Amino acid sequence: MKIDLTSLTLASAADRLRRREISAAELTEACLERIAETEPKLHAFLTVNVDEARRQAAAADERLRHGEAASTLDGIPLALKDVFVTRGVRTTAASRILEGFVPPYDGTAVARLRRAGAVFVGKTNCDEFAMGSSTENSAFGPSHNPWDLERVPGGSSGGSAVAVAASQCLGALGTDTGGSIRLPASFCGIVGLKPTYGRVSRYGIVAYASSLDQVGPFAHDVRDAAILLEAIAGHDPMDSTSAPTPVPRYQSALGGDIGRIRLGVPREYFQEGMQPDVDSCVREAIAALESLGATVETISLPHAAYAIATYYLIATAEASSNLARYDGIRYGRRATSAKSLIDTYRRSREEGFGTEVKRRIMLGTYALSAGYYEAYYGKAQKVRTLIRRDFEQAFERCDLLVAPTAPTTAFRLGEKLGDPLTMYLSDVLTISVNLAGLPGVSIPCGVDANGLPIGLQLIGRPFGEETLLRVAYAYEQSTDWHGRRPGPIPVGEGPAAREAAR
Amino acid sequence: MKITVEDVRHVAALARLDLSAAEEENLVAELGAILGYVEALAQLDTEGVPPTAHVFDVGPAFRDDEVRNGPEVDALLENAPDRWQGFFRVPKIIE
Repeated sequence: MKIDLTSLTLASAADRLRRREISAAELTEACLERIAETEPKLHAFLTVNVDEARRQAAAADERLRHGEAASTLDGIPLALKDVFVTRGVRTTAASRILEGFVPPYDGTAVARLRRAGAVFVGKTNCDEFAMGSSTENSAFGPSHNPWDLERVPGGSSGGSAVAVAASQCLGALGTDTGGSIRLPASFCGIVGLKPTYGRVSRYGIVAYASSLDQVGPFAHDVRDAAILLEAIAGHDPMDSTSAPTPVPRYQSALGGDIGRIRLGVPREYFQEGMQPDVDSCVREAIAALESLGATVETISLPHAAYAIATYYLIATAEASSNLARYDGIRYGRRATSAKSLIDTYRRSREEGFGTEVKRRIMLGTYALSAGYYEAYYGKAQKVRTLIRRDFEQAFERCDLLVAPTAPTTAFRLGEKLGDPLTMYLSDVLTISVNLAGLPGVSIPCGVDANGLPIGLQLIGRPFGEETLLRVAYAYEQSTDWHGRRPGPIPVGEGPAAREAAR
Repeated sequence: MKITVEDVRHVAALARLDLSAAEEENLVAELGAILGYVEALAQLDTEGVPPTAHVFDVGPAFRDDEVRNGPEVDALLENAPDRWQGFFRVPKIIE
């Protein structure tokens, strides 16, 4: 029987490629076919890279034929969130202001994957400038959750999560500023890893909030995530905040006993209003970890309730500064009606930015403006210290924290769009991790009454990715929640196609 | 925190954003609500707490001062909305 190549994990596809049982060209064609078939319903991609993917696959096959594979990733089809700057391939950050932008260089994570031989099938949809929790803030229409097309995939890296969950590629990269990898991984039933701040270079990602942004992988299982992290991690002279800490062999951390692990369960992360089946599945997962030998104790993160407020001041302040570069002069959209230079700035930005981006620029500018700086931005930076200390104290007693990734499963398209604050609260359980710069991973741990995936979040010490991955792997191996794929996506006209036509 | 339409116009001018009347009106309500929410931080005593600008201090990142070439001028100008010879062209700024 012919196997469906798109159903392979990255690790098993890599084995088959090395043994020459399959070719990179076959694997890539299978993904491109799957994309063509399912995109009208899903809209995971903003750009599909058919020609370049075929060229990269052919080059990979040439290397593999001569036994000269560049890495485990040689010939593996991957997708990139459209905030990754890619040489010669349109990069929009899902914004009108960058609609025609074709970068002259690759960012570091992309350059590393390219050198490793990866095949880039395309650039994925996201919330504009990574600002959002549902992918509905894309200027080019939302992506759809493959488990239920009427629901959001989560955001902001929703397209990357959909592409992996729906077998359009074997792995993907996203970015996580307040939960933008972990939330969509949770909503789409896959693994999503946000590394420690500084673990992966930020050079060549479209900046949102520079003290919080971090690059990370989406994958079908923990091993695949470890392979991808190993390929992209490491110090980069082009990012002065990237850490000189050596990169371990993350794959070697998988397997082995977790009997000495002390798990902390933050009391504040199980609040009223949490969906009951999320609560029960996560508690079952904690019990499963306990039965594997880990010890579990309840801990407290006393400032958890202040995380969203802190984040929305710091992130928007940084964004208002980062997005000042979009002025219609050197690249991106320029308003044609403007007569003066100031008008050019103002109108180009008015035409080019969407509602949420403007809202955040306004909030951030306000928080930084004369007379308000100390009360808002300065105060938030101090509370950020208190939030970091909460985690430091917890990690004196625990090796790892365990919690839900989100209080609910995927919500309906449009459900939270009218109320920015309600949307912001989707990130209530992920956002502190960014403020403290810690690594976090979301792994599947069950489904709700509607069959929608539920995510378990593990949070580690700074640069503790090995422990994080080892425990995630041990859990994954003891259950069968990973590797589940959504049912068939109906072929043909879909909501995404209709939106695209509008 | 009560936000007025004048506040919104002032901040929009700082942020170099033109806003429509409808956008201004929405932002008065939305910024007011969000600032009301973040007001909760004021309850916390942060006397003596140092601010966090970056989570891990990796120190200054020095490198050798050597000439390195970025992309060629033409490649950089490729994305310019308006160009003339080797330059970005902008609207007249001096009358």
